[in-house]
Amino acid sequence: MTEIKMKVFRGEEGEGELVDYELELDEGMVLLDTIHRIQHEQDADLSCRWNCKAGKCGSCSAEINGKPRLMCMTRMSDVIEETPEDEVITVRPLKAFPHVKDLVSDVSWNYEMAKAVVPIKGPEEPDWEFTQFEASRAQEFRMCIECFICQDTCHVLREYRKFDEFGGPRTMVRLANFEMHPMDQEDRIPEVKNEFGISYCNITKCCTDVCPAGINITDNAIIPLKERVVDRYYDPIKRIWRTLTRQNVRY
Amino acid sequence: MSEYETHEYDVVVIGAGGAGLRAAIEAAREGAKTAIICKSLLGKAHTVMAEGGAAAALGNADDRDGWKTHFKDTMKGGKYLNNWRMAQIHAKESADRVRELEQWGAVFDRTPKGLINQRNFGGHTYPRLAHVGDSTGLEIIRTLQEKGIHSGVDVFMEYTVTHLLQDDDTTCTGCVAYNRVDGAMHAYSAKSVILATGGITRCWSICSGSWEYTGDGHALALNAGAELIDMEFVQFHPTGMVWPPSVRGILVTEGVRGEGGVLKNSEGERFMFDNVPDMFKGDHAETEEEATEWVRQVVAGEIASVRRPPELLTRDVVAKAINKEVAEGRGSTHGGAYLDIANQRSAEEIIAKLPSMHHQFKELAGVDITKEPMEVGPTAHYVMGGVRVDAETQESTISGLYAAGEVASGLHGANRLGGNSLSDLIVFGKRAGEYAAKRTVGMAQPTIDAVTVEAAIAENLEPLSRENGENPGKVYDELRDMMQAKVGIIRTDADLKTAITDLDDFRQRVTSTSPGPSMVYNSGWHQALDLKNMVDISHACTLAALTRTESRGGHTRDDFPVPDTGMWSHTTNVISKDGDSITIRQEELEQPPEELEQLLDRSKKEA
Repeated sequence: MTEIKMKVFRGEEGEGELVDYELELDEGMVLLDTIHRIQHEQDADLSCRWNCKAGKCGSCSAEINGKPRLMCMTRMSDVIEETPEDEVITVRPLKAFPHVKDLVSDVSWNYEMAKAVVPIKGPEEPDWEFTQFEASRAQEFRMCIECFICQDTCHVLREYRKFDEFGGPRTMVRLANFEMHPMDQEDRIPEVKNEFGISYCNITKCCTDVCPAGINITDNAIIPLKERVVDRYYDPIKRIWRTLTRQNVRY
Repeated sequence: MSEYETHEYDVVVIGAGGAGLRAAIEAAREGAKTAIICKSLLGKAHTVMAEGGAAAALGNADDRDGWKTHFKDTMKGGKYLNNWRMAQIHAKESADRVRELEQWGAVFDRTPKGLINQRNFGGHTYPRLAHVGDSTGLEIIRTLQEKGIHSGVDVFMEYTVTHLLQDDDTTCTGCVAYNRVDGAMHAYSAKSVILATGGITRCWSICSGSWEYTGDGHALALNAGAELIDMEFVQFHPTGMVWPPSVRGILVTEGVRGEGGVLKNSEGERFMFDNVPDMFKGDHAETEEEATEWVRQVVAGEIASVRRPPELLTRDVVAKAINKEVAEGRGSTHGGAYLDIANQRSAEEIIAKLPSMHHQFKELAGVDITKEPMEVGPTAHYVMGGVRVDAETQESTISGLYAAGEVASGLHGANRLGGNSLSDLIVFGKRAGEYAAKRTVGMAQPTIDAVTVEAAIAENLEPLSRENGENPGKVYDELRDMMQAKVGIIRTDADLKTAITDLDDFRQRVTSTSPGPSMVYNSGWHQALDLKNMVDISHACTLAALTRTESRGGHTRDDFPVPDTGMWSHTTNVISKDGDSITIRQEELEQPPEELEQLLDRSKKEA
């Protein structure tokens, strides 16, 4: 059994500080286990979100040593190894969102974004037919566990606070999911451009790097959506062609 | 006078997993003003962890399948203690509910013809589970969540319901909840209330459930005077992770075995061949060659002409077999069995079919399942027992109070088949929403009784003012260890009796825990309140387990190791509250009508 030291952010609404904890570590523990151990043995009122403890629900996102990740999928042996010897492990809440208490942030903005996306609309008749190849494209985006780590990492949101103009990578993944669904008949391209502000993304791929579900957010969701926006708005020949052939397309 | 906010709805749904979301969608579709109240953020409920799939006789992967076979399999898996009408409704309606999900955006894996693909699972005669890799629950909850938020349903996220409100003749008229984020109290007037709170498996220390699984809905119903049935039947899923200790209990999908994975003991034997109960004799492969041929046929997309491997026996059977191997000294290094798919399928296939299992073992245990076997053992996974409901409407024995999903009981009898839970949620979630909404037509909005609400609020706030008590987390851990040791997979009269005494002690300790005074996201306070439900529901489970002097499905007695062919083969345990005490009585189980009885094969001995 190993003794470790760690610092956990304690406080409400952004006011607070890193508090020192010392605890015993068992073999194979993940970071979430240490938080539970602190709750059960030291401070019952320490706040964190969690549910499945298996990387499937996306509840327990936090910034461990400054890097946002799932506490349940972060092994302590790895955290200890990455932490320089003269430093102490730190655990903080997601920084991009308003702070509530301790490790809990207010992520409700993401749920507003979800509601703003027009849902799928396909044929009325059941038993839709499409191939596994077609399914796979949408399925990648449907692996999203809504941990909002991509949102927390995206500098457009985190640093530039463009919450009113930009939907963030999670919203782009949702839009891509519907837009690339083989049976969907809805058109969301004007919203991708305007309401959700896809042009704010300058494809630095930070979101892709941190996604715990391994979704290739930038290459497979954002860039194809950007291409569709370009086709719709900025390709003069296509635009003229659509006018000549009287295609009823929204702008 | 305490402060609280009031709300008025036609239908209030408690819980936002598959059943709750499906119920809310249906209630809203019926025109009811509907709210969902849920303990976690939307989309995080336990349904998200379901892996294998949703059982529905679509007949896409094998056109020999149909509702009659699904009905027969469900009854047999439940050891014939199921509510026959629920099993019939479920088998008939699940296919349409799955097709409907597809139209709401779910993208299931496809057959070569481009239809929803189906996989094999324990106890299902044909490949029947509509699935998305090994993350079907995520697909279903996200689909229902997206449908729900566009159906005009109000969602109260991170609220916990603590009390049901009732009028003078016990009709349910609403509920009291607290907001976990700021501690504020809320009272809801509702013409109908639907419990969709899931299960109770946090009562065991080795479990696959999330923190939410503290039996809230079971306890709310019990306290409101409703009846619970089948509470002795707890499903210990045969394959939970066993190593390292911190991940013990996390689910390893049955899909691993559905895709050809085999179970071996420390001597390298496929011990399931020697563990086929009489009632399943002749249904499964009897040689490794036959089992291997079945996997080959299924992988090749052929219609299976030989019998399936014994690893695909029902969960109760496999869990007990693993338990026996470990007890007799043939367990794996860390006290489980070896589950091996690396030698059965290619690395590419394993990653395509079981991506989250591959990821989970790699990240949490440092095991590459494409190269080496997994170590697995039983984990408390599901409660078959729950609120007694009407098969058609899902209304409980209390007027205006409905239940759907894991919190309800009847469909699964003594043991649930894998895949029958996700289908249960959508079939009976829909029915609960529909009938709960229909009931409200023309009904006046119930008045909220301030005195009752204030008493409930006072009870909720009380732990905040306690000082120098135990950490609720300590009581929680010890309660779970006790249940694991004494009301676990193998039970005895002596253990169960001491468990009842222990629970009396826990009931006292729960009233004096100190979570600290903060009302803002105070996890300790939430736990202190959840503990009351856990003790009551642990008690209900233990009492039922003590009473049933036989072994059947998810209830195994070391002192009564075989199924009773007499009274217990057609008797249900019914639990209710008499004042403050939890009481039990027995009731004769209603038998299916002749035309359905003919579909069953009861000739083989029950197990």
